[in-house]
Amino acid sequence: MSSGSSGSKALAEFVAEATETLDGLGRELLALDERRGQEPDPAALNAVFRAAHSLKGLAAMFQQDRVTRLAHRAEDVLDRLRLGRLSLSDAVLDALIESVDVFQALLAEASRGEESPELGRRAEAVAQRLGGVGEAVAQAGADPLDRLPLEPSVRAVFTEYEEHRLRENVRRGVPLWRVRAAFDLADFDTGLAELNARLKPLGEVISTLPSAEPGGGTGIAFDLLVGVKAPEAELRAALEGTPAELTALPVREEPQAPPALHRVPEPAPGPGPEDGAGRVEPEGSLRSLTQTVRVDIRRLDGLMNTVGELLLIKANLQRLAESARQEGGAVLSKLWGQELQRESRQLERKLDALQSGLLEARMVPLGQVFDKLARLVRRIAREAGKELELALSGGEVELDKLIVEELSDPLMHIIRNAIDHGVEAPEARARAGKPRRAVLSLSASQKGNHVVIEVGDDGAGLNELRIREVALSRGLITPAQAAEMSRRELLNLIFLPGFSTARSVSELSGRGVGLDVVKNNISNLSGIIDVWSEPGRGTVFTLTLPVTLAIIRALVVGVSGRTYAVPLNSVLEILSVQPADIHTVERREVLDVRGQTLPFTRLSRLFALPERGGPGGRQFAVVVGLAQERMGLAVDELYGQQDIVVKPLGARLQSVRGISGATDLGNRRTVLVLDVAGLMEEGMAGERKRA
Amino acid sequence: MRFKVLIVEDSKASREFIAATVESIDGLEAVQTASGFEALKILPRHRFELIITDINMPDINGLELINFVKKNPNYRDVPLFVITTEGREQDRERGLALGAAEYLVKPFSPESLEALVRRYLRLT
Repeated sequence: MSSGSSGSKALAEFVAEATETLDGLGRELLALDERRGQEPDPAALNAVFRAAHSLKGLAAMFQQDRVTRLAHRAEDVLDRLRLGRLSLSDAVLDALIESVDVFQALLAEASRGEESPELGRRAEAVAQRLGGVGEAVAQAGADPLDRLPLEPSVRAVFTEYEEHRLRENVRRGVPLWRVRAAFDLADFDTGLAELNARLKPLGEVISTLPSAEPGGGTGIAFDLLVGVKAPEAELRAALEGTPAELTALPVREEPQAPPALHRVPEPAPGPGPEDGAGRVEPEGSLRSLTQTVRVDIRRLDGLMNTVGELLLIKANLQRLAESARQEGGAVLSKLWGQELQRESRQLERKLDALQSGLLEARMVPLGQVFDKLARLVRRIAREAGKELELALSGGEVELDKLIVEELSDPLMHIIRNAIDHGVEAPEARARAGKPRRAVLSLSASQKGNHVVIEVGDDGAGLNELRIREVALSRGLITPAQAAEMSRRELLNLIFLPGFSTARSVSELSGRGVGLDVVKNNISNLSGIIDVWSEPGRGTVFTLTLPVTLAIIRALVVGVSGRTYAVPLNSVLEILSVQPADIHTVERREVLDVRGQTLPFTRLSRLFALPERGGPGGRQFAVVVGLAQERMGLAVDELYGQQDIVVKPLGARLQSVRGISGATDLGNRRTVLVLDVAGLMEEGMAGERKRA
Repeated sequence: MRFKVLIVEDSKASREFIAATVESIDGLEAVQTASGFEALKILPRHRFELIITDINMPDINGLELINFVKKNPNYRDVPLFVITTEGREQDRERGLALGAAEYLVKPFSPESLEALVRRYLRLT
């Protein structure tokens, strides 16, 4: 297309749109995969075809030859499928699903300006497979369309696909109707959408033809051709209250018996994945390749209104400033002061609204990641020879786009572990008296400022005795600690770095491979990960994450003369603590709060600062909590609450535990922001190290 | 007095590519729509000198749009180009039969589109 910076802008545009198209294609294929073995929904097939077709056109426009070639193959197969010339076999569906992964990898390389030969070979192999799968369906006999009372002028505007759907309906003896409706030009799409919503449950809307006869000055009429299996009375009832008029399209008698469908053997299939032809490492990252967030225009309208109101306030403040200037040295009136105060309160309210509006605009539904994971689940399950049912819920829950992006890889890791090692093979499940088909559930729910994501399986569960043995043999815990540990603490040992090794993997059925990395990724998002498991019943990983990282409300505290910010969404309460309230149990400092014992961490010690404390040794304890964990943090001063924008630390400081970033508190003061999840980790680990 | 060109194409990147090519010609303004429905709504609001439409679109297909335009006395004299991808000969032939003046096969070069636009709008 072009070169230089406009070339990179064009590439970004291509990648953004292609990613979106591919997401749609993956979603529709998933729908087809879920109904494997049943007759495919023609609308779903057509949607997949349209996505492949768009991808091909797009890639061709942007001279992305590798994507164009593969999309062309996929489009060709899908075109034959939707036109009924090919039947949707498992091999065809598998090849199409694999092509989505390859497309994703191709786009990832395109976005980096790379073209690796291995991926080129893999793409070529998938294209070959697509060219050689499936069984053609031949159809003979007279054209059923000739038996329909349609004027040639109407037939002239059908696409090949619409013609095929009409033929199919005639062949199957589904009654066809013409639904005519006139609407106002200003809102015909709303009217049509309602009409479609009423018709879809009863059958298939095959074509929507805008009538060429002008429907009055501001009107437009449409003819919808629909195939409806439901009785006429039901159809008429469904259209009650719409401007639709019904006309039946009677099919003329056929002069001969209907042609039989017969299968024609296709050429021998091309190399499959098991041949290893062009196989590279399985899926890369599931992150989307685009930095774009699609925002509902109504959200932006709301933000524009708020900005308009802010401009009014600015004008009022200018007026007040002007009157103050003209007063010169005179003492300003009380009235003037009141007015200034009122305006500044308004300003604060509107800025709050603007801030929350912008935060909302950054939100995307988790369903985007769930869809990608679902595709992956089916593939891994097939490869691992496991029978699996995936239960998804809470895809509508929204999180900040950045968090959703960062989440996809850790979730993929947990899911892969669950399928490879958590879920037993069908025979083993049958022997254990369980259904052959395992259930993997992925769910999300919002709880206040946090989102909780659960990944659960009903597999064999974690073996805590083995976890204890491995942790002891690796020196991660002492026998004394092991004796005191609660079951939950024991299970959480799988998140320790160095817990898993090749040997323990085979002994522990591989759970815990790289889970320390997963835990770090979640901690970097100010989140916490927890695991529950029961032998024979399964395992659940629970991730608790903040809804957004962009702007947070923080408690500003002082420790040893330094200032820190604590994210308020993890602060539960603040207590004034006297030295007598602090006890030592098992060399751990704990705090007695209303009969409950809380771990107590002195930030000054953690950050190696001189201990100060307030007058008479008085201190404050900021009680923080995430998921079920609680902890008291000792601070000397409380300065109040403030909204802060957390800025990431540079690469050199990124590994400092207990600090998640820095923020500017105004007056050009930069302070560090505490990472509550990390502090809790550090507190617990510190105790273990000291033991 | 600027001439308006209506572009109907559901792919944003392709649409902008076409719009950029059209607007590189002095005196032309591109009006972009992402679907046949949007096109039906915007047609009565402006006077268009040229319409460029894709065939494969979600709500109404490009052929239905061409049929509507060519049968409507208000727009039937406006030249109309069809954009297709290779391999959809039947759709392309139908587009021409319904009154499309030209067809462009994706991928096309900005130069070929520009030459066609200039020829039909008599711009030198």
